[in-house]
Amino acid sequence: MNDPVDVLIIGAGASGAAVAWSLAETKMHILCLEQGGWMKPSEYPSTGRDWEARFYGDYSPSPNIRARAEDYPINDDHSPIKVVNFNGVGGSTVMYTAHWPRLHPSDFRVRTLDGVADDWPIDYDTLAPFFAENDRIMGVSGLAGDPAFPPTQPPMPPLPLGRSGTRFAKAMNKLGWHWWPSDTTVATTDYEGRARCINLGHCTPGCAQGAKASTDITYWPAALRAGVELRTHCRVREITTNDEGMASGVVYYDKDGVEQFQPAEVVIIACNGVGTPRLLLNSTSGRFPDGLANSSGLVGKNLMFHPYAQVYGYVDEPTDSNRAPPTCLWSKEFYETDLSRGFVRGYAFQFGRGVGPIFEAVSSEARGLLPWGAEHHAVFRKLNGHRLAISAICEDLPEEHNRVTLDPVLKDSHGIPAPRVDYTIGENSAKMITHAVAHAKEILEAAGATDICMNVPILYGGWHLLGTARMGTDPERSVVNEWGRTHDVKNLFVVDGSLFVTSGGVNPTSTIQAIALYIADQMKQRLANLFD
Amino acid sequence: MQSNDELTTLQRDDLRTIASIMIPASVEYGVPGADDAAIQADIIATLGRDGAAVRSALDHLARLAGQPLAMLESARRNAVVAEFRTTGGVAAATLSRVILQCYYRDDRVLKSLNLEPRAPFPRGHQLEQGDWSLLDAVKTRAPMWRRAP
Repeated sequence: MNDPVDVLIIGAGASGAAVAWSLAETKMHILCLEQGGWMKPSEYPSTGRDWEARFYGDYSPSPNIRARAEDYPINDDHSPIKVVNFNGVGGSTVMYTAHWPRLHPSDFRVRTLDGVADDWPIDYDTLAPFFAENDRIMGVSGLAGDPAFPPTQPPMPPLPLGRSGTRFAKAMNKLGWHWWPSDTTVATTDYEGRARCINLGHCTPGCAQGAKASTDITYWPAALRAGVELRTHCRVREITTNDEGMASGVVYYDKDGVEQFQPAEVVIIACNGVGTPRLLLNSTSGRFPDGLANSSGLVGKNLMFHPYAQVYGYVDEPTDSNRAPPTCLWSKEFYETDLSRGFVRGYAFQFGRGVGPIFEAVSSEARGLLPWGAEHHAVFRKLNGHRLAISAICEDLPEEHNRVTLDPVLKDSHGIPAPRVDYTIGENSAKMITHAVAHAKEILEAAGATDICMNVPILYGGWHLLGTARMGTDPERSVVNEWGRTHDVKNLFVVDGSLFVTSGGVNPTSTIQAIALYIADQMKQRLANLFD
Repeated sequence: MQSNDELTTLQRDDLRTIASIMIPASVEYGVPGADDAAIQADIIATLGRDGAAVRSALDHLARLAGQPLAMLESARRNAVVAEFRTTGGVAAATLSRVILQCYYRDDRVLKSLNLEPRAPFPRGHQLEQGDWSLLDAVKTRAPMWRRAP
């Protein structure tokens, strides 16, 4: 049997890394188990001539397509949006666009302000210092002064507007709509040992330059220096409990596939909004027959994705194409509730710079825009390097029928039941998408784009996995309390996107990490009576 | 003896033929067709995890054609290709993708598009700053985020 540890963290991604780093100062024995391994930037797609092709293979955002040894399958046949993620040290921060908005203050008070869903038990002001600390550690580029958000101070200047951003900015000014250079975790200056961005362009599937922040190059080096132990290629099967109903440790498979038991005084789950309910539901016992921490019956329920609507078109002048980070501008013009639109809550626009030649060819051929035969070459030359794209990130409201359960048949390579996702797009979200598509078209037309196309919803757009172990003060209506401890098991914590009460309408990683730091801070303040 | 992972001679012939129909050579743009020997060699060498779907697509194509695609007279060949694209499903889409992804990384093709035939790393690219004065109009807006109680 392994020696017991004080704190066991499951998952080395966005939130697991942050909580490990923060707790390291306690000098407790902290161990993190991660099912994947360390990434090698020298092997990222942008280092090879097959950089675009690998997006369809071993660097696909879909774990079902990617199917690396580190991945587990997900049955998402019953969802119009497929789950995308990455498994390894750094988790999905290895494979993300580095777009870095925060949830707005109003996002934490949706019941009070708009009469839907529930208020969070915490608020923006509580998280503000943790947002700032996280921005410093991850290294954020941006511009202070956005009128759509409370004041922030990004430590690095923003990415250039470029050709694509300039074209979008002119269109937005013509319409009189808000836009602002996006905050990103792409370093625009040399920063804390990271080299500045040199515009590899293919940022999402890992940054070979190290300019894009992922927790394997931000939090983890500092956490390891501070004494945290990280054990890779270890897949946790279940969390065990003792006679007192406390978590006693975990059963996991090590890098050789050998079953191990790891005892722990405290267990922290950081496996994302699909992996966390999967693990809890698979941790059954006589005392917890419906899964661990599930007396509310809400583990796995209220899954929120952010339905993405992407609209794109083609302009006469060259865009930045794939020769720059995809992140560019954002707009919060339609973010806050306006009931005249026919729905509550709202969405953010994320403006893209363009795509590479293979992606352009494959997507346009599939859509019928790029013909076969003699006309192929002329049409491709009009399309390639001329695309402007807008994505609307629509707030998803919690609905219990949208859920993660254990698949009765599908299993991973260790025989652990795979998660199954059942999800439909709600009525409010559908109205929001319709509004977003219409207004994105208006923007593209103002930018002079033609041949406007759309992907609604983006099929492989389930980046944001939220809500499946929600936070709250009522044990009957939530899984964890206001500082991340499960109501049912007093030494078991959740720190990932599972605990989101509502989704907001922005990329959530910044908020996930701020909450993880906040929970770690709460734990440190309560060390003497953590289990009371 | 042929491995199950390899394409048969007929499959290779049909692959070359359908690639030439999809992307023919162009004198105007100075580019080879997708049936070019180097591009075909790249496709076959890098099939990898797409191999099964591509073989399935080519088998479907062979069933529709009833004989080597290249042997069909023009109108019949066009009809077969049209039916293949309509009925081929995921396998046909995979075949199209592997042709496109090898064609659009060929040095000659990239140069004709004024793109450098190289990996993005380590040289990267230049990104112009753009016109930051455009932001002046936004900076003057009043705060537009909702205060929360």
